[in-house]
Amino acid sequence: MVTLLLQKVKYTASKNICVKISLSCRHDDLKEMLDSNKDSLKLEAMKRIVAMIARGKNASDLFPAVVKNVACKNIEVKKLVYVYLVRYAEEQQDLALLSISTFQRGLKDPNQLIRASALRVLSSIRVTIIVPIMMLAIKEAASDMSPYVRKTAAHAIPKLYSLDPDQKDQLIEVIEKLLADKTTLVAGSVVMAFEEVCPERIDLIHKNYRKLCNLLIDVEEWGQVVIINMLTRYARTQFLNPNESLLEEGGEKTFYGSDEEEGKEDKVEAAALVVKRKPYVMDPDHRLLLRNTKPLLQSRNAAVVMAVAQLYFHLAPKAEVGVIAKALVRLMRSHSEVQYVVLQNVATMTIKRRGMFEPYLKSFYIRSTDPTQIKVLKLEVLTNLANETNISTILREFQTYIKSMDKDFVAATIQAIGRCATNIGEVRDTCLNGLVQLLSNRDELVVAESVVVIKKLLQMQPEKHSDIIKHMAKLTDNIQVPMARASILWLIGEYCEHVPKIAPDVLRKMAKSFTNEEDIVKLQILNLAAKLYLTNSKQTKLLTQYVLNLAKYDQNYDIRDRARFIRQLIVPTDKSGALSKYAKKLFLALKPAPVLESPFKDRDHFQLGSLSHLLNAKAGGYQELPDWPESAPDPSVRNVEVKYPTEQSSTEEQKKSTKSKEPKDRSDSESEDEEESSTESSESESEEESESDTDAKKKKKKTVKKWRIYVSFCVALLLKCSFPSPQAASPTCGPLKTYELLHRITGEGLAVTYCFSRRPFTGDPHMVSVQIQFTNNTEVEARSLRVLEPKLQSGMRIAEFPEIDVLPPGEISTVVMGIDFCDSTQAANFQLCTHTKKFFVTIQPPVGELMMPIFMTENEFKKEQGQLMGMNEITEKLTLGEGCRGDHVIIQRVISTANLSRVPCGSAMECRFAGKTVTSGSLVLVTVVTKEERAAQVTVNCEKMLIGTMLVKDILQALSQ
Amino acid sequence: MIHSLFLVNSSGDIFLEKHWKSVVSRSVCDYFFEAQERASEPENVPPVIPTPHHYLISVLRHRIYFVAVIQSEVPPLFVIEFLHRVVDTFQDYFGVCTEAAIKDNVVVVYELLEEMLDNGFPLATESNILKELIKPPTILRTVVNTITGSTNVGEQLPTGQLSVVPWRRTGVKYTNNEAYFDVVEEIDAIIDKSGSTITAEIQGVIDACVKLSGMPDLTLSFMNPRLLDDVSFHPCVRFKRWEAERILSFIPPDGNFRLLSYHVSSQNLVAIPVYVKHNITFREGSSQGRFELTLGPKQTMGKAVESVLVSSQLPRGVLNVNLNPSQGTYTFDPVTKLLSWDVGKINPQKLPSLKGSMSLQAGASKPDENPTINIQFKIQQMAISGLKVNRLDMYGEKYKPFKGIKYMTKAGKVPEGRRDEAALP
Repeated sequence: MVTLLLQKVKYTASKNICVKISLSCRHDDLKEMLDSNKDSLKLEAMKRIVAMIARGKNASDLFPAVVKNVACKNIEVKKLVYVYLVRYAEEQQDLALLSISTFQRGLKDPNQLIRASALRVLSSIRVTIIVPIMMLAIKEAASDMSPYVRKTAAHAIPKLYSLDPDQKDQLIEVIEKLLADKTTLVAGSVVMAFEEVCPERIDLIHKNYRKLCNLLIDVEEWGQVVIINMLTRYARTQFLNPNESLLEEGGEKTFYGSDEEEGKEDKVEAAALVVKRKPYVMDPDHRLLLRNTKPLLQSRNAAVVMAVAQLYFHLAPKAEVGVIAKALVRLMRSHSEVQYVVLQNVATMTIKRRGMFEPYLKSFYIRSTDPTQIKVLKLEVLTNLANETNISTILREFQTYIKSMDKDFVAATIQAIGRCATNIGEVRDTCLNGLVQLLSNRDELVVAESVVVIKKLLQMQPEKHSDIIKHMAKLTDNIQVPMARASILWLIGEYCEHVPKIAPDVLRKMAKSFTNEEDIVKLQILNLAAKLYLTNSKQTKLLTQYVLNLAKYDQNYDIRDRARFIRQLIVPTDKSGALSKYAKKLFLALKPAPVLESPFKDRDHFQLGSLSHLLNAKAGGYQELPDWPESAPDPSVRNVEVKYPTEQSSTEEQKKSTKSKEPKDRSDSESEDEEESSTESSESESEEESESDTDAKKKKKKTVKKWRIYVSFCVALLLKCSFPSPQAASPTCGPLKTYELLHRITGEGLAVTYCFSRRPFTGDPHMVSVQIQFTNNTEVEARSLRVLEPKLQSGMRIAEFPEIDVLPPGEISTVVMGIDFCDSTQAANFQLCTHTKKFFVTIQPPVGELMMPIFMTENEFKKEQGQLMGMNEITEKLTLGEGCRGDHVIIQRVISTANLSRVPCGSAMECRFAGKTVTSGSLVLVTVVTKEERAAQVTVNCEKMLIGTMLVKDILQALSQ
Repeated sequence: MIHSLFLVNSSGDIFLEKHWKSVVSRSVCDYFFEAQERASEPENVPPVIPTPHHYLISVLRHRIYFVAVIQSEVPPLFVIEFLHRVVDTFQDYFGVCTEAAIKDNVVVVYELLEEMLDNGFPLATESNILKELIKPPTILRTVVNTITGSTNVGEQLPTGQLSVVPWRRTGVKYTNNEAYFDVVEEIDAIIDKSGSTITAEIQGVIDACVKLSGMPDLTLSFMNPRLLDDVSFHPCVRFKRWEAERILSFIPPDGNFRLLSYHVSSQNLVAIPVYVKHNITFREGSSQGRFELTLGPKQTMGKAVESVLVSSQLPRGVLNVNLNPSQGTYTFDPVTKLLSWDVGKINPQKLPSLKGSMSLQAGASKPDENPTINIQFKIQQMAISGLKVNRLDMYGEKYKPFKGIKYMTKAGKVPEGRRDEAALP
């Protein structure tokens, strides 16, 4: 190797010398050509010089001759001079300064393209003296009329920053200014500059966030990648975790089995966070980002698709992440390098979200023409996707892979089978049998790999498989791969009681070949000897002594060390300490079976799609993906008060006419949204009217509606299984309103209050759970507190709380009972008994407590709302109360009035909420539209008209306070 | 972002280098050569290689490695996608992307690379813009240039970069206005020994060649857009229109471009248009093996299966083969053990077959791996998924264009594999 390298060096050196000699003569004619008056000669000379640069040859001594031509009229000559200049300016700083004045002139040119190109070259000249000139040029260009020049200014910022990092503060000012630019041309470049210069200044993004989201689709593809990656980080600092609700889910299992561990961790977390959480409502800006990036999954550019995919993976609610799977699978049909990167990311995703890729299992099947590195990655994904239902298919695939001629791949397949076997108990025996058959394979690598895997599998149930251990003991005669030999020896030592006859014989053979073995094998021989000595010292004492003696004089100090250590432990001498008594325990302790883990586990702490993720190591300049904040920072920072001036460059207008889809700013998009929704609703209204003419139609519609509700109810149930948790999907907003059940005085010292905890009542989903709190204010203890003789309206049911045996004086006790109010506000009457007294009490629910929140998207909401028009819709106008300003107050008030969840909505003027009644599951949809001058309108759509009417009243009251 | 680019040929020589920031010594490529040595096959060189100070991201195309040098965090796909775009541009400009073509046009290459990246960040990657900046070399232009001394570099300034449709150059004029669309579908399938399909999918593209004057606004609609399960578009396609009406509405770039790639979901899959009957046996103890292969068409709606090419990687134990093809020619490479049979057109009346014997290494035991068989073919005038273009309309311009559409089906890059169902490993 060294000689080879030397040869190479010599070769290149000699070549260089030859070239230099010939160059020095040739350079003269080049200089002559450059000095001539003919453009064609100059061009020819420049072409030859550029060809030299391209081949990596040194042409720096031509610098003076070339620089003279910087002002040449011929465009191609000029361009080639620029190429030369940028390449060598750093080496010839003084001479490079000669060219600066040409560019300074160019910066003032009336043609925007010449201005841009002058700035581009000027900023590429890496000479520190001109930093002030560059700074000035950038500042000027940043406020140029032409967006193209501004884009070039954005490009120049990182160049200057790398040349002189001290300019950072000034550059940040320029970046801030350019971030406010409204053209798509600039957006990508300035965000790139932002990422290179000041990625930590997230505050600069606030005001531009919505604009960036809206412009995104029209930005050129490379800019899209940069913007999406940046916005992912931004969103992680500004919004709440949409999956937080899942975290507190205790009993119910999450949808994907692979989340089990996550669940466990989260329970701990949830326990730590006893503090009541606000209900999760997705910030409309968060929704905006998800909505505007989604179409980009259809991009032809793999980098854009990957960027969106990682954004969804890191930011979207679990239920929505699925959409990225199809797009990622599509990328797998691209070039092998793209496949390689995508598969790495898919491998990480499959660990967290297995369900997402399960439908695409077959797309990961390996083809004989795949390169090995792709095969191995596909294997990784297949292994991650394996579960009880598909394991038989996957194993059948693996069988064909084992026959492959690519031995590295076969080895990886065997490892994969081992992992499937450990993860899925049902197929462990099948896999083991298959692997044992592989032991008779002709290829030694296959056998060796199988041995290693079998060893790991056997550790799980050694007693059942002593015949396999025997079989493997025989293999020591033939198999040469050190790792496999070591594995076999370890197995025999560990389970020597299962193979009492063979083990000493193996040791005998090994002692014979000890000196020729590899280090890991030697260590295992020592291990085997020690274990046999402890269990069967009669037969193996001498052998052990012999092996220990051999090891004592080994070259490797690890082995000498181990030998000394083992001797002290197992051979009882008068000097040996207390430890040797425990030698058996030390060596033959039950060892936990190894867990075969994916190398991609826990890789998702790196932002997906990043270089750092791919290498599983932090690359320079990597920005950590921050954790979600505990509580959302103020969303109002993103509000943009100032209306954008209507002045637009002509190009933009043109754009609008051709594409007419570019929302200029947030307010535009809002109005669009509103238009859409209003047209939709008016359409459905007119439908309603025409249909209500005939009764027959109406009936038909009703059945349809019933069916629909049934479906949505099913969906809600499904969602409940997988999605909202008892606590977090419906946690309370602020303090719970408590009501008095029994006053301290009437209760003779026993005070009872109740509140609606807004958690689903465990045991019966149709019941409202009521949390009751007893306080004993007396001096004596109250005993056997319980419910007696409930007097209920027909259909109502009550689930009593477990009797409280003793309530010591001064103590407080809380219990939960469930009441099915049958979706009515009628009171539940019952008696509350202590061991001495009975009290008649009444619980009357506010209408808002008769419902539970459900999760809905904006579209679903609109659709459902369209179904609940006419009689089912109640609208009231109102004037908002003094303290009721801003979305947040409205949301908070509505949610505290009624147990609803917020529906994401693009418009800032509208708040939407959805829920369903607890007993019948009828949908309850609430819309609050705010208008100018504190005017507002509340609309409730609900099949149960009575509930609707009462709810409107309650909300009106809450909002007009 | 991208610091430097090195082009490395198959014999490991760096034949072109370009730096967008300060110069990186070409010795950085030694890490790449090390990785290349470690990899058994050229395509097994890892696309991303970390070195102490830099990261190397490479793609392999046309037996040239394009090695980009990166200094800090950047999405790897960003670089890979860009490198592929560079290769596509070269191909577009020079017809082929070979070492010779690049060396011959080194100045154009350099000018292109200069325009495509600014300080390592992509600037102009649309071929329409690049062609406005730098004219592709043609024989005629080379001759004219040498005589008149004019240049390849565009005289006018690239106004396309400023336009709202950055993918289309301005001021396009043709005497014959025409628009052609090619629907090309590839079938990708794995079939087991017994002939049942393990996986099969159809991957299609619509390549367009549009030569229309002015600023035409086109719409293309399908008879059966529901077939398309997953699509990705050229940036010119208006996404919202597709979402709402399943119509492709776009202002096309000038010249050749890929309008759409799509994937047809597996439930719409029709049968694979060819079948193979095979009988490959090795006898234990004997140094001879039998080889028999017959091809036949299956459900091709009367269209001929053309350019059929069968290849198979035979086990290492096979020394040589002695086969007799009923049509076409076959070759066997005794070193790589690759058997390939150029069949040509399948005649349904007389099915092509390849029969004969294989000689095995004396004394070698029966090979335990069964060979995979790959088949490539083409069927003209048929899109196997049944996708049909309904109509193409043009708005925004007055003239009547000539419109044409062509369908073709072929086997994918990784075509049918036929492999063994084996007993448990």
